[in-house]
Amino acid sequence: MKLRSVKKPAFPWFGMDIGGTLVKLVYFEPKDITAEEEQEEVENLKSIRRYLTSNTAYGKTGVRDVHLELRNLSICGRTGTLHFIRFPTAAMHRFIQMGRDKNFSSLHTMLCATGGGAYKFESDFRTMADLELLKLDELDCLIHGLLYVDSVGFNGHPECYYFENPSDTQHCVKRPCSLDNPFPMLLVNIGSGVSILAVYSKDNYKRVTGTSLGGGTFLGLCCLLTGCETFEEALEMASKGDSTNVDKLVRDIYGGDYQRFGLQGSAVASSFGHMMSKEKRDTISKEDLARATLVTITNNIGSIARMCAVNEKIERVVFVGNFLRINTVSTKLLAYAMDFWSKGQLRALFLEHEGYFGAVGAFMELLKSSEEP
Amino acid sequence: CAKRVGRASHSLDKSITLPPDEIFRNLENAKRFAIDIGGSLTKLAYYSTVQHKVAKVRSFDHTAKGDGEPLYEISVQEEITARLHFIKFENTYIETCLDFIKDHLVNTETKVIKATGGGAHKFKDLIEKKLKLKVDKEDEMTCLIKGCNFVLRNIPHEAFVYAKHADSEFRFQNTHPDIFPYLLVNIGSGVSIVKVESEDKYERIGGSSIGGGTFWGLGALLTKTKRFDELLQLASKGQHTNVDMLVKDIYGGAYGSLGLTGDLIASSFGKSATADKEFSKEDMAKSLLHMISNDIGQLACLYARLHNLTRVYFGGFFIRGHPVTMHTITYSINFFTKGEVQALFLRHEGYLGAIGAFLKGAEEDNPNQYSWGENYAGSSGLMSVSPDLNPMQRARSGTFDMLEMDRLERQLVNLPLLQDPSSYIPDTVDLTEDALAREYWLYCFEEALDGVVKRAVASQRDQPEAAERAEKFRQKYRHKLQTLRHQPFAYGSLTVRSLLDTREHCLNEFNFPDPYSKIKQRENDMALKYYQKVVKSLEELSWDQRQFALVRGLLAGNVFDWGAKACCIVMVVNVYHCFFIERPWLVDAYNQWIERLKGPPHKCALFFVDNSGMDIILGVFPFVRELLIRGTEVVLASNSGPALNDVTNSELQIVTERIAAMDPVIQAAVKEDRLTLVQSGSSSPCLDLSRLDKVLATVVRERSTDLVVIEGMGRAIHTNYYAMLSCESLKLAVIKNSWLAERLGGKIFSVVFKYEVPSKTQGQY
Repeated sequence: MKLRSVKKPAFPWFGMDIGGTLVKLVYFEPKDITAEEEQEEVENLKSIRRYLTSNTAYGKTGVRDVHLELRNLSICGRTGTLHFIRFPTAAMHRFIQMGRDKNFSSLHTMLCATGGGAYKFESDFRTMADLELLKLDELDCLIHGLLYVDSVGFNGHPECYYFENPSDTQHCVKRPCSLDNPFPMLLVNIGSGVSILAVYSKDNYKRVTGTSLGGGTFLGLCCLLTGCETFEEALEMASKGDSTNVDKLVRDIYGGDYQRFGLQGSAVASSFGHMMSKEKRDTISKEDLARATLVTITNNIGSIARMCAVNEKIERVVFVGNFLRINTVSTKLLAYAMDFWSKGQLRALFLEHEGYFGAVGAFMELLKSSEEP
Repeated sequence: CAKRVGRASHSLDKSITLPPDEIFRNLENAKRFAIDIGGSLTKLAYYSTVQHKVAKVRSFDHTAKGDGEPLYEISVQEEITARLHFIKFENTYIETCLDFIKDHLVNTETKVIKATGGGAHKFKDLIEKKLKLKVDKEDEMTCLIKGCNFVLRNIPHEAFVYAKHADSEFRFQNTHPDIFPYLLVNIGSGVSIVKVESEDKYERIGGSSIGGGTFWGLGALLTKTKRFDELLQLASKGQHTNVDMLVKDIYGGAYGSLGLTGDLIASSFGKSATADKEFSKEDMAKSLLHMISNDIGQLACLYARLHNLTRVYFGGFFIRGHPVTMHTITYSINFFTKGEVQALFLRHEGYLGAIGAFLKGAEEDNPNQYSWGENYAGSSGLMSVSPDLNPMQRARSGTFDMLEMDRLERQLVNLPLLQDPSSYIPDTVDLTEDALAREYWLYCFEEALDGVVKRAVASQRDQPEAAERAEKFRQKYRHKLQTLRHQPFAYGSLTVRSLLDTREHCLNEFNFPDPYSKIKQRENDMALKYYQKVVKSLEELSWDQRQFALVRGLLAGNVFDWGAKACCIVMVVNVYHCFFIERPWLVDAYNQWIERLKGPPHKCALFFVDNSGMDIILGVFPFVRELLIRGTEVVLASNSGPALNDVTNSELQIVTERIAAMDPVIQAAVKEDRLTLVQSGSSSPCLDLSRLDKVLATVVRERSTDLVVIEGMGRAIHTNYYAMLSCESLKLAVIKNSWLAERLGGKIFSVVFKYEVPSKTQGQY
């Protein structure tokens, strides 16, 4: 038939990124299916499409981020919508079972997966659902996915944004911007842990360092300290809290600024420093604790990122990863930290599809693999 | 005679007893107080003058000398030296201690007390009320840096690397001739990272709010454990892998392409993001400890790299005496720098603030103009109150840790002839690492203690209380030996030298300044009588025979050492002529030496001398005389203060005068300044070439010294055996200890005759 002339992989088109906490899934829904094509389409392919596109929640924990979907996307000669779905890595086995139940292996599609889980769950996919994964490096995928999404834009708007007046809380505003000439950039990926990459071109990058104090640490500590259960809950509490009841500030020690070293009185001298005192521990609220945890983790990432940027002589710092999802406290704090401590030398940039770039990169690998003979 | 002082308020410990013999010593003469009050410990510093008995020698009038009269007069005099005292105790005792000080501070002109540390503010009124001194606050960081510079400069083996699983956990570093630049990472409640470029130039280049306060505060919230020490103990028992998400939890194994191993922590507390699991206190504390240590290590590395620094010292209450945190920080630094940077810790880290505050207040005394030495007798040593090593001691109330530093008469510098001052290690064997040797030498010094006590008493027969003092000396030194048996690292690397020096310090402490003074006098006297005869018989020999006789004479004289038991056997033999030692010797470079002597004369020889009596007079002087005749200038370096039967500079001056009176060759050389006497700056039976009198260094440089002779077991075997010099050197000794001789592959009285030419000048002659 006429479509055969265009080399393209068989549907369904997926890209998957299996992280330490979350699985990120992108699914391409073709919108240009002809009647003829629809007739030929096997039943379980249809059912998968219907299941994914007609729901916004899957099971108890799966979520489709409708607000992020990319519409009217032309890929490999097809036009459609790219959907963004996430669920906890803890539900991975249920997902694999679903793949088995829907007889996914009969579709002869390639399942492109990245993230550590691609390795960890590889044999489970094989034995439980008779599925072979195409395992991909997570950092390659991250960069490719990021550059792709930035190039197609966010439904006519820029993918990238920054904060104007980051050091002035009253006048700090989110502003869209383009990521033209993105290189070199320092890419800070905040998932459960943090990886920091210096990216010089699409295929030339290095992992500068990483830290284990990441999104997983924020959530883990919040759960222990406040008894909360989800990231949303933790963030909600944090948004209401005041970290200065938990942290010891410079002014708590010196009565004001520490002028000898140019430290502002409002700077945090010791995270959780007030909690050394029993009286203060006994009166502290959960919200304050959540806020302090968030601020501590965020500032630390900011500080390491800034040092790396200086060491690598890179001025543009791009923050991604699901830690930043619905987390304006952190994005603003990072923007402030980059600006303030570098005296305006560094600029923090953010992307709307925060944590999905690895999955998009894996998805693109699927398309690329079909181009080869 | 412990005095009970207990007028403390209800909130403070009332029952503490302060033994005044041991802590807050010399308060009568104290001045220039400084205090550093931290979160839990107070450090007090003051300066005192100490009256010491010293043995002085004075030449008699030459014209009045008669037969049988001693060579010179020995008198014991009082000398005043300066000492710095530092005492560390728990904040709970602060009021008791202030009362004690007030009661004992007899007559001081001091009006102010320098104060630093977070608690200085809180206790300001109390201090001012009790001591009637005005509290003058000093910046914490400035004090810290000043203190750090001071200990790095003045205390050998101050810095160490911590290796938990090594034979010796503490690996002490040589004092680098240039201590700058370095990075100081101070981990208090928060973290400050300071780059220090010179005495006065330093900058806080960064910091972090995640520090000791975070460990403590967050740890207390998570585990309901109040005390910092308890939290650390919990952590040392925990398993972090139950709480942390590791790389293998995400990947199922390693992340090979990035070289991240499976056991690496990917997300601290990553596994605790669940409500349906309980986590143990221990595991959470351990995870927290790793998280904070790794984070600090990472930042320190980033700053070190940015500023191109390789020496990074860690301090602050998070580190202080805690093997657990020293280990995790070391691990982190190794991980992040792949071994390029070593985490360094300081023995006296807890005192830095107090030392710095003190120095600020003492600027008019110019303390940095002098060299200072750690007094082993008055200092507690590393880990004296460590909860990890001594849980019992910690539980007991009122544990005091002390550091005393003596102001040295002379300013000490490196010997300019060291090939590489930064890698020079004086000591041949590090007993902290060599358990067998340690056991032997500790036993050996314990065995010798009776003899030392007897000699000390014998040296002061005219003083009835000498026996009592000697007994106190015995107890003190035995206690030191016991401490060192359990904590060989207490005063830096344990070496034969440090054992000898500690003994000298303890003897001095109990006013036995020079137990050998009379013996030395007698031996010098006797040897002088033979001098002319020896010189004459040497002159009768052929050149070849004479060179051999001269070397043999040096060796024979060196056997004659009161410190070694075996000498008695040799004494019966006619020491000079009949003494015979078969060649080849254990180390025998005699032929090379003779070949060298056939070449042009050396410009100037620096000779580090050893014993009094036969050694100096009948061994060294004839040898020196031959060098002078060859046209070589000679600098004789002798100890500034007494140690065993070693000839001191003042004794050597008299001896030289007397020889000059008998020998025109020596007389002319002295007159023409071709033979010079200098002090080594040391009072040790061993020799540290990195701490020598500044004048000596100048003389050596001015005279273009091209030969160094080091004589005797203490200076050429126990120390400097492997020392690399930039000029020719001769190291010679007779090994008078059978254990040591066997270890070197020989027997007792084996001879070491080591002649070395630095590789770059080899073949020049």
